[in-house]
Amino acid sequence: MLYENWFKNPGDVDLILQKIREYSDKTGPIRLMEVCGTHTMSIARSGIKSILPENVQLLSGPGCPVCVTPANMIDMILALSRQSEILIASYGDLLRVPGSARGDSLLKRRAEGGNVESVYSPVDALRLAGEHLDKEVVFLGVGFETTAPGTAACILEAASRRLTNFSVLCLLKKTEPALRSLIEAPDFAIDGFLCPGHVAAIIGADRFSFLPDDYGLPGVVAGFEAADLLCSILELTRMLAEKRPALKNEYTRLVRPDGNPAALSLMDKVFCSAPSHWRGLGYIEGSGYAIREEYAPWDAVKKFSLSPPAAVEIPGCQCAQVIRGVTRPADCPLFRNVCSPSGPVGPCMVSGEGACAAAYQYE
Amino acid sequence: MKKENNKTGHPDDRITLDYGSGGLKTSELIERILLPAFDNPALSSLGDGALLTGNRQLVFSTDSFVVTPWRFPGGDIGKLSVCGTVNDVCMAGGEPKYLSLSFILEEGFLFSDFRDIVASIAREAKKAGVSIVTGDTKVVEAGKCDGIYINTAGIGFQRVSLPGKTGIRPGDAVLISGTIGCHGAAVMMARSGLLSDDSPLVSDCRLLHEISKAALTAKDAVRILRDPTRGGVATTLNEFTEQMPFSIELDEAALPLDAPVEAACHMLGLDPLYCACEGRMLVVCDPAASGKILAAIRQVPGGEQAARIGTVTEDMPGKVLLKTSIGGQRILPRLTGIQLPRIC
Repeated sequence: MLYENWFKNPGDVDLILQKIREYSDKTGPIRLMEVCGTHTMSIARSGIKSILPENVQLLSGPGCPVCVTPANMIDMILALSRQSEILIASYGDLLRVPGSARGDSLLKRRAEGGNVESVYSPVDALRLAGEHLDKEVVFLGVGFETTAPGTAACILEAASRRLTNFSVLCLLKKTEPALRSLIEAPDFAIDGFLCPGHVAAIIGADRFSFLPDDYGLPGVVAGFEAADLLCSILELTRMLAEKRPALKNEYTRLVRPDGNPAALSLMDKVFCSAPSHWRGLGYIEGSGYAIREEYAPWDAVKKFSLSPPAAVEIPGCQCAQVIRGVTRPADCPLFRNVCSPSGPVGPCMVSGEGACAAAYQYE
Repeated sequence: MKKENNKTGHPDDRITLDYGSGGLKTSELIERILLPAFDNPALSSLGDGALLTGNRQLVFSTDSFVVTPWRFPGGDIGKLSVCGTVNDVCMAGGEPKYLSLSFILEEGFLFSDFRDIVASIAREAKKAGVSIVTGDTKVVEAGKCDGIYINTAGIGFQRVSLPGKTGIRPGDAVLISGTIGCHGAAVMMARSGLLSDDSPLVSDCRLLHEISKAALTAKDAVRILRDPTRGGVATTLNEFTEQMPFSIELDEAALPLDAPVEAACHMLGLDPLYCACEGRMLVVCDPAASGKILAAIRQVPGGEQAARIGTVTEDMPGKVLLKTSIGGQRILPRLTGIQLPRIC
């Protein structure tokens, strides 16, 4: 039996569920947000929503890297893919994301003969650059603190090898500023957060203590197996029932209070804070990572003088509200009518981690 | 290199465009490599078509094989091209007899590799009891194909006429002949360069002629047989339920999974239920006969891990549902396109 299957024991699950039911009887209806896209997937695939008591509602937050990347950034990437000397190396789930023109995506560009490769990690992109010295390999650095250290390591590696045909289009984002912006919005209505386990493994669980300290909201750093999520939901429900918000770390087998110092030092070496544009949340100061000046030769934005076209919102698309947990996927007028995984309008339907795709496919 | 050429009797170590010319080089390829490997009277006459004898209801199927890498843990494109078509004939209730075999080769493909593939085809055809009776070879310019593509078509005699999906009834049992998703996971891992030589992750690529015959020992009870290749078990089951007045509920806890497949899928962000199997058979049958059918399949090598994985229900007509291991329920949807690796 695989290690992670230890966390799916039906007997344990029944016990946890019973406790959640007891506490949620005291809290009344509560809305909990899972911030990480992998949590969204895990919740959908384990069928957790179908066994939770009615009082507990789970909503997806701005933690799907594909979903929070605005359409004009995709437009910029698509424009870049038109240049014959450029080879775009991207994580798989970004390939289907449409730009502001519906149906246009990297997958379509590849079918038209564009140089687009799907990679598992930036290391693969670095390898591609070594193999295709006649091409400019541009790695699409998308994601949160989780993917940032690997991307930083590759930039350092490219620099030490003086690999000049490799660069990174850095669209990396930080979790905390986005959560603050979401919480401070007037329509915010979430009672507690399932904090992203992978992000916390890098930055440390303690970095989420701003939730109880600044906003009086409970948070639990959660792992990704069904029992991890249920235990974390139980903790949130308990804290809400007892009216004692705090930050808890459920994912102790992987997450330390201070995170991963080696990863953090790599990130600090290569990246600095920058404003970043989020779909649904707009521009947020200090919410992104930019490549430091000394690594400018590996910064695709500088290398190819890129600037995103004007931001365009897709008419009718509620992804921006879905990402903030204000609207549920099924309440979007486009959901299932014109927007489906085979003909997605917004990013939440494209990404496997997107709230709309999960709702469409599994519920 | 020269020495090896002498040993194989070939002046060239790579396929050139000449071998697809239809001239002397083509004949040489046929006479030195293909005929000796597949020796049988129908092929040896080298006519434009094979003359076959038979006066029974026929089953006819074809498939093309473009797998990358062409050699993968547990098989190669040659073995796959025989198993794929033979299995399709078997799933249609046929007893496979004859195969056609067409190659599209890329200029520059190594002769030694070609020989290995031909040997693999011959070995598998012999096991299946089928004769390769007609074929073709084309060579395309370098860059126009990925090394080697193979098409096979197969003819078999009908053993039994199965009702198909319209014969499926609520209450029927859903069985699988072995573990799920091994081929897809092994190929994905090999493609990503993540497999070592001693990896326990191997493709399930195998012939189903014995296993399907075993299942048909209770032939009146069997509604449909299908090998869940592209798109895996989830896709095949969705094809069963689509626009039909029944649903299928799978029990996650009952799914036979290999630990290496689970680990690979976990790492790559894939779902074994959507990974191709190339030597597994799904059976929908009368629940009263499911024990007997399972026992028969388990007697056959490769069928030891056969299991009942689900039940036909009326809960959500047209859908495939998964009862999750924690007791939840969700839809097992159709795939939109290829499975793509996720960001984190």
